[in-house]
Amino acid sequence: MNLLGHYNYIVVVVLMMLGFYTVIARDNLVKKLIGLGIFQVSVFMLYISIGYVSGGSVPILTEGVTLYSNPLPHVLILTAIVVGVATLALGLALVVRIREAFGTVEEDEIRLKEDAEG
Amino acid sequence: MIAHNLVALPVVLPLLAAAVAVLLPPGRKPWLLATGIAWLVFAASLALALRALGGEVLSYPMGGWEPPWGIEYRLDAANALLMVLIGAVAAAVFPFAGPSVKRELGEEKSPLFYAALLLFLAGQLGIAVTGDAFNVFVFLEISSLASYTLVASGKDRKALTAAFSYLIIGTVGATFYLIGIGLLYALTGTLNMADLAARIPEVAETRAAHTAFAFIVVGLCMKIALFPLHLWLPNAYTYAPSAVTALLAASSTKVAVYLLIRFVYGIFGADFSYREMPLAWLLIPLAVVGLLSTSLVAIGQNKVKRMLAYSSVAQIGYMVLGIGMASSLGLAAALLHVFNHALMKGALFMALGALVYRVGTSRLHQWRGIGRRMPWTMAAFVAAGLSLIGVPLTVGFVSKWYLVLAAIELGFWPIVAVIVIGSLLAVIYIGRVIEVAWFEKGESDERCEAPLSLLIPTWVLVIANFWFGIDTRLTVGLAELAAQSLGGTP
Repeated sequence: MNLLGHYNYIVVVVLMMLGFYTVIARDNLVKKLIGLGIFQVSVFMLYISIGYVSGGSVPILTEGVTLYSNPLPHVLILTAIVVGVATLALGLALVVRIREAFGTVEEDEIRLKEDAEG
Repeated sequence: MIAHNLVALPVVLPLLAAAVAVLLPPGRKPWLLATGIAWLVFAASLALALRALGGEVLSYPMGGWEPPWGIEYRLDAANALLMVLIGAVAAAVFPFAGPSVKRELGEEKSPLFYAALLLFLAGQLGIAVTGDAFNVFVFLEISSLASYTLVASGKDRKALTAAFSYLIIGTVGATFYLIGIGLLYALTGTLNMADLAARIPEVAETRAAHTAFAFIVVGLCMKIALFPLHLWLPNAYTYAPSAVTALLAASSTKVAVYLLIRFVYGIFGADFSYREMPLAWLLIPLAVVGLLSTSLVAIGQNKVKRMLAYSSVAQIGYMVLGIGMASSLGLAAALLHVFNHALMKGALFMALGALVYRVGTSRLHQWRGIGRRMPWTMAAFVAAGLSLIGVPLTVGFVSKWYLVLAAIELGFWPIVAVIVIGSLLAVIYIGRVIEVAWFEKGESDERCEAPLSLLIPTWVLVIANFWFGIDTRLTVGLAELAAQSLGGTP
């Protein structure tokens, strides 16, 4: 197993764990969204790494080049990035409205206020 | 031309109409547009289902790119059943949404609200009809983003936090699914579902295939709200506007259940899921524990809406139980319960919306004597409640009957007992509502029936509960055909 040759996958796994842990462990709603963003970006990197063909050239048809990288995962990830941006925008919009309604973005404080309402 | 493009129309129509709805002035017009589109979609899905019932598999290459390279829309019996379900629920809930949403939210934001509703519909139908695993992710996110906004539109400020935790869990679930698809693509080089199914056996014994399977199953279970991943559901259902809850409860989790079935049986194949991977050991215990515990929690709720939300999680247990049994009969029972549960929960949440329209709250202690004040509305609630319990002649009985048959066929006697106990618990929580509404004395006996515009769609679904409970040809026919085409036994 060539660890150095797979370093991009190691980065993916580290980022994935970091992001996912932040989503679970943080009480601050904005930090949760940041964690979610890191988690999603790690998946984007996974896809882009899959598309790489060693020694392959940029996937633009040129004379004299026969080996191309696979462009499909990159195109897929363009779509996924759009989805990620939309999710982040919606999440932040919700945080703004939560802050207006509760006066805080800390989950534990919001929960206290909600429980007080019954 | 319409006949040729019929497979794509149910997705394209609401998608385009959503853009139009935003441009309309606030008021009734966006609602009328959305309702018209929902009915068109329902008609199209019925036409498609009749062709699928004849055993035909319709394939439609999106943009003329041939599968497996392009995105293929593919309709067999399982998709057709789901499409009819989504179409029917939308056709009943959208007319209901007009007066109900006007009362609960006002009309200033109606163009945006109905645009979100139409986007939700487009996403759900897209998942139902597409034959491309990545396309599923896109549609899953379209419908999920729309449903986060719809939940957040509720009046109570708790709707915002409910929508936020739904967003977090939903996105994590979808990203898990994306990781699984990425690993599968790396292994097989294809995203087309039929092509994936053909290529997975070659790579079935690799660690990557096992990981992909685990990510996809867990990701989808988050969307399904399988116990213990259900924590987003009760709040989201409780604080969303009534019409939104009816729509979410009737179609959103059902679509995710369909996806799980499609992946477990259709793509990975029962052999891989139950021999190579111990899926039954994961699904059956979780389903049983979830079914019993959330039914018990439902009994203790003092808000009827929250009670029905917990009951939804319990009902998901039945479907997952059917999937976990890994037999054709179990699979058919799960598909039947997907359809039937949508009918009963749709009817229940709509009856609840009609009651809330007059009473203003779903707190049980304020429902005293409501049965005498709103007899028709409450009768709809009771009739749909009987279906939820599984009384003979209702759809609830049909699917539980098939589930029990499937359990007996495999000799799973404890499961039979669990199904019966689950139904008895449903008797208790529905019975509590009936007792308060009919047998306790309210402050006044004045009649205040919900308007006909709410009652008619509700009763249409209630009657459907009995119709498909007596005449089971369409539902059982499609479910058995689907179970056969997916291949039930490992």
